[in-house]
Amino acid sequence: MSANQNIGSLSGRSKIVSNKKMTFAERIYLPAIFGGFRITISHFFKKKATIQYPEETRPIAEIYRGKHVLKRDDEGRERCTACGLCALACPAEAITMIAAERKEDEMNLYREEKYASVYEIDMLRCIFCGLCEEACPKEAIFLTNVTVPSDLHRSDFIYGKDVLVEPVDKRVDISHRQTPEVLAFKKDKNQSHNV
Amino acid sequence: MLTVTIDNHTIEVEEGTTILQAARMIGGAVVPPAMCYYSKLKESGGKCRTCLVKVAQGSARDPRPVPKLVASCRTPVADGMVVQNITSQEVIDTRKAIVEFLLINHPLDCPVCDQAGECDLQNLSYDNGREESRFEEAKRTFKVVDIGDKIQLHMNRCILCYRCVYAADQLTNKRSHGILYRGDVSEISTYIQNDIDNDFSGNIIDVCPVGALTDKTFRFKNRVWFLNPMNASRSCNKCSGKVTAWMRGEEVYRVTGRKDQFGEVEEFICNECRFDKKERTDWTIEGPRNIKRASVISQNHYLNSKQPTVILPLEDRTVTMEEFEKNSNNEIQP
Repeated sequence: MSANQNIGSLSGRSKIVSNKKMTFAERIYLPAIFGGFRITISHFFKKKATIQYPEETRPIAEIYRGKHVLKRDDEGRERCTACGLCALACPAEAITMIAAERKEDEMNLYREEKYASVYEIDMLRCIFCGLCEEACPKEAIFLTNVTVPSDLHRSDFIYGKDVLVEPVDKRVDISHRQTPEVLAFKKDKNQSHNV
Repeated sequence: MLTVTIDNHTIEVEEGTTILQAARMIGGAVVPPAMCYYSKLKESGGKCRTCLVKVAQGSARDPRPVPKLVASCRTPVADGMVVQNITSQEVIDTRKAIVEFLLINHPLDCPVCDQAGECDLQNLSYDNGREESRFEEAKRTFKVVDIGDKIQLHMNRCILCYRCVYAADQLTNKRSHGILYRGDVSEISTYIQNDIDNDFSGNIIDVCPVGALTDKTFRFKNRVWFLNPMNASRSCNKCSGKVTAWMRGEEVYRVTGRKDQFGEVEEFICNECRFDKKERTDWTIEGPRNIKRASVISQNHYLNSKQPTVILPLEDRTVTMEEFEKNSNNEIQP
């Protein structure tokens, strides 16, 4: 005999079981069965809680922070100048880069005299906080609303410039990420290097 | 001995001391910033005007104030002089205007420039400058020039402080560069693109307060805040061999002189140490250098952080490992 039989239920939800005799309607069980069917069938006409994932996706916010993109400017030149401020700001230390000097015949490829010859983000380390985007003085890196796909090997999650830099013929629109204040700031003549 | 009061701090200094030197003896926020003055170079100073201070009382004998602000790096103290630096609003306003003047032709390309993170002008404009530029005209531009095979001159960024000219004049036996033209169009140049090849010519990189003279062996290799500055030394027959090795892991990215709290090198080093000795095995590493907490170079360098120790180091243990295991076994037994 334990002590807590004397003080009753702690949660207050226990039921006292009785051996009361069932009525005829209860004894044939059919009303209860049809009651159960009614609940089951009613679910056929309700809105589904699940979606068919790869074909369908849920709507996400426009400023959702997903996969990064390295932007090009209006003339198709890479904006990133490998200043290293994104790597410095990154709390997960996911970004690494190697800088190189622009050659004479590469004027149409890179906007500044220095560019990132290697730019890598470890997507397994990245926490998608968006601090790289905020730190960037050249408006080069942005987060997009694309989710990072799953993969089989850890090495495949280290995204290099081949994945991150936007293709010239397939630009990534990031204008919705910029507030009217930011866009007004960029119209300033002294900030023209950032357009 | 002369008694001088700078921002309510009184100090006794010897005759011939300048106001800036007296302020540096006091130290702290009283020290006026200096872009052109370099205590190791004779005749330097008086060019940039960032060290302007107000002399509220000329001397004990003649207590009248000096009507205009004076350059503290070139003004010797007088007995009973009272100087105001950060306690005078006039000095603060003037310094703000001076920074704006220095930035007129200086490009705002810190993301590209190798000097960013250890640049005197960057620090000066963060401390005293305006948040945005009011300058709308075109800045003067020059082509990048190689002075010799190890030094690069970016004339765009030069603020004409003359430090490199004095350094070349006083450290090397043959100066081959100087300032050409006058006023707004003056520029640092060598005589018809002469190479500078002297054993101590690399020091013009260290004395440059901005990114105008840069080390070509380090150009765009890395950002200074990703590197760990270490005190390193080697036996060198030309110089003291005491340098700062900027390392990342086991790699030496660049070698500079050891800079003190005012950004001046303690000892000038030779070109062999600076440019040619980039192997870890060339140097005896003495230990990490002290970096100012406010500096970006101290970012992500967790040198003095307290690591949680799960197992105490051997010398700190009060019980032996056998005793520890025996005790812990006793605890988990029912």
